[in-house]
Amino acid sequence: MNDSATVVHEEHSHEHHDSSLQHHFATYEQQMDAGKIGMWLFLATEILLFGGLFVGFGLMQAKFPEAFVEAHHHLDKNLGFLNTVVLLISSFTMVMAVHCAKTEQRRKVLVYLLITLACAAIFLGVKYFEYEHKFHEGLLPGKFYSHVGDTVPHQFVFFSFYFMMTGLHGLHILGGMAAITWIFFRAKRGDFNHKYYTPIDLVGLYWHLVDLIWIYLFPLLYLIS
Amino acid sequence: MANHPATQAIHTPVKEDVSVNYITSPKGLKSWLTTLDHKRIGIMYLWAVLGAFLLGGIFALLIRIELLTPKETIMTAETYNKVFTLHGVIMVFLFIIPSIPAALGNFVLPLMLGAKDVAFPRLNLASYYIYVVGALFGVTAMVTGGVDTGWTFYTPYSTTTNGQVSMMVMAAFILGFSSIFTGINFIATIHKLRAPGMGWFQMPLFVWGMYSTAIIQVLATPVLGITLVLLMLERSFGIGIFDPAIGGDPVLFQHFFWFYSHPAVYIMIVPGMAIISEVIPTFSKKTIFGYKAIAFSSVAIALVGFLVWGHHLFVSGQSSLASVIFSFLTFLVAIPSGVKVFNWLATMYRGSISLEAPMLYAISFLLLFSIGGLTGIFLGALSVDIHLTDTYFVVAHFHYVMMGGTVIAFLAGLHYWWPKMFGRMYNEKLARIGCGLVFVGFNMTFFTQFILGSRGMPRRYYNYLDQFQPLHAFSTVGSWVLGAGLFLTAGYLLASLRKPYDAPRNPWGGRTFEWETQSPPITGNFDFDPVLLHGPYDYRPERKG
Repeated sequence: MNDSATVVHEEHSHEHHDSSLQHHFATYEQQMDAGKIGMWLFLATEILLFGGLFVGFGLMQAKFPEAFVEAHHHLDKNLGFLNTVVLLISSFTMVMAVHCAKTEQRRKVLVYLLITLACAAIFLGVKYFEYEHKFHEGLLPGKFYSHVGDTVPHQFVFFSFYFMMTGLHGLHILGGMAAITWIFFRAKRGDFNHKYYTPIDLVGLYWHLVDLIWIYLFPLLYLIS
Repeated sequence: MANHPATQAIHTPVKEDVSVNYITSPKGLKSWLTTLDHKRIGIMYLWAVLGAFLLGGIFALLIRIELLTPKETIMTAETYNKVFTLHGVIMVFLFIIPSIPAALGNFVLPLMLGAKDVAFPRLNLASYYIYVVGALFGVTAMVTGGVDTGWTFYTPYSTTTNGQVSMMVMAAFILGFSSIFTGINFIATIHKLRAPGMGWFQMPLFVWGMYSTAIIQVLATPVLGITLVLLMLERSFGIGIFDPAIGGDPVLFQHFFWFYSHPAVYIMIVPGMAIISEVIPTFSKKTIFGYKAIAFSSVAIALVGFLVWGHHLFVSGQSSLASVIFSFLTFLVAIPSGVKVFNWLATMYRGSISLEAPMLYAISFLLLFSIGGLTGIFLGALSVDIHLTDTYFVVAHFHYVMMGGTVIAFLAGLHYWWPKMFGRMYNEKLARIGCGLVFVGFNMTFFTQFILGSRGMPRRYYNYLDQFQPLHAFSTVGSWVLGAGLFLTAGYLLASLRKPYDAPRNPWGGRTFEWETQSPPITGNFDFDPVLLHGPYDYRPERKG
C-alpha cells in the first residue's frame, strides 16, 4: 500500500476548527507564527524600498553638499521634532493595544487604538502645514522648483528627495491608519481573544516600522548641519 | 507512457475514481476567479505565463525574420527597436520570472510539503491579480506606442525618448509586487507547513530551490521597485537623480537596476535547477548525490548573486578596483553552479535511467546550462569582456542560461507534473520529437550567435555588414525549428486535455508527496494526513508488507 495512506484516513478528526483558524493550519500557534514570518518579510521589503531612497539621498548629498545644507534651512526643525514625539507616543499606545488584546481587556484595546489613530492624524495635519508652506515658497521637487533668491544651485534635488521620502512615508501612515481602523472594528466586534490576536500584533509591527522610518528621516532631512 | 508498471501497480491497485478533484469541484467561472486553492491559482498563472511566452516568442520570431537580410526585411528600424524591447520585457517580467515559482511552484510546493495550501491563500490570489493588472499595463503600453529602450530602461536614453516608457515601467513596478508576495508566501509556507516528520533536510530539493528564489524575490525586488519609481519621476518631474542634463548620474541608474536585475537572473535560473534536481533522481531511480551540497549551493547562489551586479558595468567607467572585485565575485558563482552540475551527473552515474520527455529535457538542460554558465565565465573576465561587451556573444550567453537553462527546465517540469496537474498523460512519442526539435533549433539559433559575437556583430543592431549574413540566416532558420518544436509541444499537451483522466497517481515512480495523492488532486490535496516516512529520493528496494 501507499506509505502514507496507511497512517490515517480521518479528515478533520483533530481539534474542532472555529472560524478564526484557517483550514490549512493545525493550530493557532502555527497560524500566528506564519503570520509573523510573513509580516517580518514584508517589513524587510519596506526597508529595502526606502533603502533605495536613502542611498540615492546620500549620493546626491555627497554630490551637492552646499545645496543640501542650504536647502534644509527651509525646513522647520520644531515641527519635525513635534511629529517625532507624536509618532513615538503612537508607538507606545500601539504596544499597549497589543498587550490589552492579549489580556482580553477589550475596552482598553479600543481606547489605545483610538489614541494611536489620533496621533497619526496629528502627524498628517502637521505635515499638511509643512507642505503648504513649501508650496507657497515654491520649494517643490524637480522642474516645479520656483524658489527665488537662491545663492546655491541644485537645491531642487534636495526637495525632490524631501517630497519623495516624506510623501512615501505619508502614504504608509495613511495605510497604517486604514489598517488600525480595520482592527478597531474587528476588536469592537469581539474577534480577538488571548489565543487569537494575530491581526493586532501584525498591524502593530507595521506601525512600529513606519515610526522607525520617520526616526531616520527626521535627522536625515531636518538636521543636516 | 509509464514504463514502470511495477510502481504503478503498487500505487493504484484498482482504477480509481478521480472525477471529484480540484478542477471539477466547485464548478463555475466565478469559483475559479475567486479561488483560494493554490492549485487553481497555479493553473491560472500557468495559462497566463504561457500566453506571455507565446507573445514574446512571436516577437522573437519577428526579430529573427528581420535579421534575415542585412537591410530592411519586414519592418522599419523604429519598429525593430520596439519589437526587441517588447520581446525582452515580456519574456523577463511576464514569463520567466513567474513561470516556475508562481505557476509550477504554486501548484507543487504545498503538495511536496504535504500541506493543504500555502500559508497565505488570499495573498496568493492577490499576487495573481496584481500580475494581471501589471500585464494589462504592459499591454496598454505596447498598443499605445510601445517602448524602444531595451528591457533595461537605461538612462539617459529612457529619460529623453518618447513612447510609453513610464507606463511600461509602471507595469514592471506592479509585477514586482506580485513577485514579492509569492516569495513571502513561499518562505512562510516552507517554515511553517511542512508535514510531520519533514525536517529541513528531508524536504525535496525543489523546495530548497524555491526557498532560495523567494529570498531573492523578497530582498531584491523592492530595490527595483523604487528605482523604477525614480525613473518615472525623473521623466515626469525632472527630480535630478539620473538625468545628467540637470546634474543627475545615469550610471547610478545602472547600479540600482542591476542590484535587482542580476539577482533576478538567479530568480530565473535557481527554480530551473530546482526542477532538474527532482527530475534526475526520479528518472535515474537513484538517491540524489550530495543532497546537502545541492541544497546549500542554491542558498549560496542566492547570496553571492547579490554581490556581482557590477559585472554589468565593466565599461561604464566604474573604478578598476571595483571591476576587479566584481569580476572575482562573479567567478565565485561558478562554484555552486558547478557543484550542482557534478552532483546531477553523479546521480545519473549507475542509475537505471529511463528517457521519457522530462528526462530528455533535463539532459538538454545539463548540456545547455553548462555552455551558458561557462560562457558567463568568459564574460566575467575583464579583458575578454571589454572585447565582447554588447555583442551577440552576450545575447547568446544569456539565452543559453535563460532559455537553454530556465525555459528548458520549465518544460521539463511542465512535462513532469502535467499528469499530476491535469490527470492526463500526453503523447510520449510526440513529446520526444518535440524535445529533439527544441534542442536542435535552440542550438542552431544561439550557438551561431556566439560565433557572430566573437567576430564583432554588435547586439540590438538593425542593419549589419554583409559578411554576417550567412550566420544570421542560419540562426533565423534555427528559430523556425525551435518554434516548430514549441508549437508541436503546445499541440500535444492541449490535445491531451480532451482525453478522459488516464494518469495514475505516480506515473514516473517519484518518491515525493505529490505523487501519493490522486491525479488530479482533490481540493484539500490529500485524502489522508501526510506523514513523512522516507526521504524524498529514497530508491532503496521497497519493503514488503
